[in-house]
Amino acid sequence: MTSEISPEQRARKRALDVLAAAPAKALAERWAAFGEQPQHQRIRGPETGLVMIRGRAGGGGAPFNLGEASVSLASVRIVTGEVGHGYCLGRDLDKAEAIAVIDALRQRDAGRVDAEIIAPLEALAAKADTKKRDEVAATRVDFVTMVRGDN
Amino acid sequence: MYVAVKGGEAAIANAHRLLADRRRGDRSVPALRLDQIVEQLGLAVDRAMGEGSLYDRELAALALLQARGDLIEAIFLVRAYRTTLPRFGYSEPIDTGAMKIERRISATFKDLPGGQMLGPTFDYTHRLLDPSIVGEDAEVPAVREGDEEQAPRVTDLLGRQGLIEPDGELPEGHEVGDLTREPLDFPLNRDLRLQALARGDEGFLLALGYSTQRGYGRTHPFVGEIRIGEVEVEFDIPELGFAVSLGRVRVTECQMVNQFKGSAEIPPQFTRGYGLVFGQAERKAMAMSLVDRALRAKEFGEDITAPAQDEEFVISHSDNVQATGFVEHLKLPHYVDFQAELDLIRRMRAEFEGKQEAAE
Repeated sequence: MTSEISPEQRARKRALDVLAAAPAKALAERWAAFGEQPQHQRIRGPETGLVMIRGRAGGGGAPFNLGEASVSLASVRIVTGEVGHGYCLGRDLDKAEAIAVIDALRQRDAGRVDAEIIAPLEALAAKADTKKRDEVAATRVDFVTMVRGDN
Repeated sequence: MYVAVKGGEAAIANAHRLLADRRRGDRSVPALRLDQIVEQLGLAVDRAMGEGSLYDRELAALALLQARGDLIEAIFLVRAYRTTLPRFGYSEPIDTGAMKIERRISATFKDLPGGQMLGPTFDYTHRLLDPSIVGEDAEVPAVREGDEEQAPRVTDLLGRQGLIEPDGELPEGHEVGDLTREPLDFPLNRDLRLQALARGDEGFLLALGYSTQRGYGRTHPFVGEIRIGEVEVEFDIPELGFAVSLGRVRVTECQMVNQFKGSAEIPPQFTRGYGLVFGQAERKAMAMSLVDRALRAKEFGEDITAPAQDEEFVISHSDNVQATGFVEHLKLPHYVDFQAELDLIRRMRAEFEGKQEAAE
């Protein structure tokens, strides 16, 4: 279903993906630095529950239920009327609520939210991924084939 | 006549107080923090999380601390906790092909697109105790510039040539079974078996997997691939009308490649067993894939002769929380049951002695 979404929805998804993946501390820092924290009304949550994570037999076959994960969610309406939703793994209710408020705010001022919150968090995640990738790459096996005889 | 026996409340309360004291141990030793457990006993955390069937490393660390390191007790605590939370729904199936790889090896192919990455492994260590790690900071890892080269699943490489069976589909319209919602009804579909195995006891599955290697339901396995790393969890948000990522979880996947099978319609091809487990849990994923393959015996028309091939036996006994519950309940008071047994044996003995006397 993700393939059928509009460019606006894709941008919103990207922002929500980045926010959910962000370490709570980094997210809180960006959010505090943003300055504008609109008053908001809670529509749902914040609350913690479970999502059953699915895998696929053989990696790509029929789905099966692998096990649950704790997930926190929140839905809010900010003073200017926009509604935002926050979902993230874990039991951090503050993080879920912050994501929801940022999602709502982003509908009013996507440019600023993307530039000041989403892009820096994305860069941070990319940096962490690169570091991990390079550490793992150092454990890559370079096979050497020994040729014997003939000389 | 029924006589209720009361008492023990004070003893129980004091026993729990003593437990708390012994859990804390010598007060001159600093108390453990959860982040220390998460960071430094990570594989114990992963096991509590995997068999507790709840992905939450901090909760699993708390369970381990509360259980004084008793893994099955910790798993029990995690399982009990999950029953207190509402279920928001089911994720989209994770895509292990898009994993951020932390380890990836194959015992069947030397040269793989994406390469073989040993990652943080115990393999090739000398298994010599090393007192120098106590209280020491570790060396920083070596780095080497990695590339963005995708690492396709080994089974997909073989699959493209038709030499191996496909991933394993279930009939169109099949509803994914969930053993946390419906009681198990044998025989099971493979989806329910995989769910049960994923949360099953590592020791039990390891022993069963080992038994297949020793000849009790032999399947001639090769590790096609083991990969460990993080995958995105996508969840459909009803309010938005599209799926977003909830974040990443670390999983271990094992693709076991097994002996050929063919039929009049299908040319001979490798068969497969699959293992997928939360966290870094390579031994468990390997054992799971061996047992998954063994349990597919009926599907391949193999004779069911060994315990590892017996679905009802394996799945009914793979859950260590159920197992410990039933075994450990034996220590609870059975005074009334036992009184009845005593009465019975006394009567039987009286009858026996009566017959003996009559015979004399």
